[in-house]
Amino acid sequence: MRARDLLHTRPEGLYCPPGDFFIDPVKPVERALITHGHADHARPGNGKVLATAETLDIMGIRYGEGFAGSMQAATLAEPMQIGDARVTFHPAGHVLGSAQIAVEKDGMRIVASGDYKRRADLTCTAFKPIACDVFITEATFGLPVFRHPDPVDEIARLLDSVRQFPERAHLVGAYALGKAQRVIRLLRDAGYGETIYIHGALAKLCDYYVAQGVDLGPLAPATIETGTKDQFAGAIVVGTPSAFADRWARRFPDPVACFASGWMRIRQRARQRGVELPLILSDHSDWDELTATITETGASEVWVTHGREEALVRWCALNGITAQPLHLIGYEDEGD
Amino acid sequence: MRRFAELLDRLVLTPARNGKLTLLVDYLATTPDPDRGLALAALAGDLDIPSVKPAMLRTLVTERMDPVLFGYSYDYVGDLAETISLVWPETSHEEERHDPRLSEVVATLQRAGRSDGPRIFADLLDRLDIPARFALIKLTTGGLRIGVSARLAKQALADLGGKEANEIEELWHGLKPPYLPLFAWLEGRAEKPASAALAMFRPVMLAHPVEDRDLETADPADYAAEWKWDGIRVQATGEGGVRRLYSRTGDDVAPAFPDLLEAMDFEAAIDGELLVGSPSATGSFSDLQQRLNRKSVSTKLATRFPAFMRCYDLLQVGGEDLRPLPFAERRARLEALMASLDPERFDLSPLVPFGSWEDLNARRMSPPHPVIEGVMLKRHDSPYIPGRPKGPWFKWKRDPFTVDAVLMYAQRGHGKRSSFYSDYTFGVWAGDEAAPELVPVGKAYFGFTDEELRQIDKYVRDNTIERFGPVRSVRADMKSGLVLEIAFEGLNRSTRHRSGVAMRFPRISRLRWDKPPAEADRLETLQALLPG
Repeated sequence: MRARDLLHTRPEGLYCPPGDFFIDPVKPVERALITHGHADHARPGNGKVLATAETLDIMGIRYGEGFAGSMQAATLAEPMQIGDARVTFHPAGHVLGSAQIAVEKDGMRIVASGDYKRRADLTCTAFKPIACDVFITEATFGLPVFRHPDPVDEIARLLDSVRQFPERAHLVGAYALGKAQRVIRLLRDAGYGETIYIHGALAKLCDYYVAQGVDLGPLAPATIETGTKDQFAGAIVVGTPSAFADRWARRFPDPVACFASGWMRIRQRARQRGVELPLILSDHSDWDELTATITETGASEVWVTHGREEALVRWCALNGITAQPLHLIGYEDEGD
Repeated sequence: MRRFAELLDRLVLTPARNGKLTLLVDYLATTPDPDRGLALAALAGDLDIPSVKPAMLRTLVTERMDPVLFGYSYDYVGDLAETISLVWPETSHEEERHDPRLSEVVATLQRAGRSDGPRIFADLLDRLDIPARFALIKLTTGGLRIGVSARLAKQALADLGGKEANEIEELWHGLKPPYLPLFAWLEGRAEKPASAALAMFRPVMLAHPVEDRDLETADPADYAAEWKWDGIRVQATGEGGVRRLYSRTGDDVAPAFPDLLEAMDFEAAIDGELLVGSPSATGSFSDLQQRLNRKSVSTKLATRFPAFMRCYDLLQVGGEDLRPLPFAERRARLEALMASLDPERFDLSPLVPFGSWEDLNARRMSPPHPVIEGVMLKRHDSPYIPGRPKGPWFKWKRDPFTVDAVLMYAQRGHGKRSSFYSDYTFGVWAGDEAAPELVPVGKAYFGFTDEELRQIDKYVRDNTIERFGPVRSVRADMKSGLVLEIAFEGLNRSTRHRSGVAMRFPRISRLRWDKPPAEADRLETLQALLPG
């Protein structure tokens, strides 16, 4: 069987004809398999949705209970039959509940990895490389310039700055699902025991992570009712990146703008956003991890999607692997 | 090296002066000798290490990776040093690499010769992590550009030791990296280093601006007045054959003014204003600009725009320190000295005779030369005191020009102002009277109160018509728009701006909520102010 008869792109997203389903469709479809809960991958309005229990919960939190016609939870590493295709979810290590989806028929196996990372992360199950014929990889950080540093060192930089500027509040911009909880968890692992203040947009997802057994320590809403301006002096406040450009941020004393993202590797990105302390902390693979993962899967063919496809395609060519960009539209190039 | 690299990265992105100071003092207090002294020298531009050419860097990196992948990377990042620091192949596991000290790196670089330079440089890059590689490349390609002035570095030293910045400035030119005796003194481990250098810098005396009631109680007879020339404050010092030309912060600016330096055949320290042209024909501000912000100068430029010094104070003659003497006596000694100086390069700042403050005010408002920005008042009996003592010296500037302009774009600020639209681009009307359009004429980000900032911020958010990243385009037409009264010090012709004019020191002087945008000024009003 040819790979493209098992999976190919359609305007709605990646389609599997033997199973008659889409993976992470960008438009509503009859049957959708969802890799993880980020808004560009998990959209409301599909007929049937198959995803991990955590991803279904997260979609419920974000879109309300009626986000799809019917839901089915997938168990990691348990194959299931959908039409003529066999489907297995495997952990992707990106955010809580994130999965790669392996699709098989007649001895041909394609793994759609969704977004994935290889670094240790106590807030989700670690990525597992799956042997396959075709590996579909993301390329968010698909350029040799992206090399993420050790997250422990980045958190140490943040705590260093809190020591240097005890009179200022440190505002850490972090995406609401995954990154925010990871930043908080890393701070706890570094021995930071103080109350961490969070923006309202993070509350439900933080509660959910805690309910799933991820200990985030003492959290409090960063609302004006919790105290006067001075109470935030020396505090760490975590919020969505957009909140810090907003009037919301004015309640803090002379804030240090921090942003936890893989994009912070590029100085100009930090400068443009007016970030004072960039924290290079990503939930995606860096260049070395992308290339190592491609090698580990043993795939003879690689399809590259959302991000900087051309560099990974070039790397595959140099290493004797067939590769092509998969021009999927609708996924955020900026996501991290 | 890692700590130095982190310091550089933090300094670049920290907008506030106090934030930079905190970072510097923390670094100096927690870093051992000689590394901290070398870091300081690097920041102040006083570190002597062999330079590396960008072409050599490119060769090194493309020997180690696929040139196509390097090309993609460089296109994306846009900065060669940063790209190379990121893509440089890691040769060993992170745990096996140790973090070399800055002093070790500097010593290695200083040992490198022409032939083994590239190999030694590559070995260093192999041993460093990404931020340290970036710091190394920036150091050796001579482009730190991190917004730390020599003055700020000296202030950090002063803060470290609980001293005055003036004391550091006075010592600075006698010291060499890594400044061990200086740190020993600042930390109370040794006596203050003697300033052994010839032609040392003498911290300058500055004036307070005249405010509302300052002159009410002052007697005009106690003061001498001079024109306030809008050049560069310099201190020309000659001692034992050593000649130095200092800026007001003690930076040696002599390399940019070799023509003036050549004429400094005196044993004295003179305070004055550096101007362009000749004593008999002072050049315009745009002539002066030709000579500003240059590390060196071509003969052609120096001939076309010669530098000269308008002298107004004498701090030292031979072995005699004149600073404790009253201004009137120093002035008399200066007048006596002038006769021995090259009249093409040095002249005496003339006194402006006046009988009353009203009289002087009238002169201030109509100065005889466009490069005059007001008058200086100096008490006859005042000694020369470093810093800005209140009372003995005043500056009384000409009133600024003003224009009514319309707010066109607003950009989010930094630091404390990161949630405010606080940087404003404004324009005036141009073209057809019946259907004019706004052309931007400048940008201002101060001059308003915190309350006014809140009001403008709200206005910007409520009247946004387009967004480009941190910038918002604000509704501005004949009917609706916010009129800003802009104050500025002068106007130059500009080929870089569509309007053809560039304002000097523009700031917002009033918010004209009351004024309809159609009544804002036209470009012709500004053009009339341009120097002939």
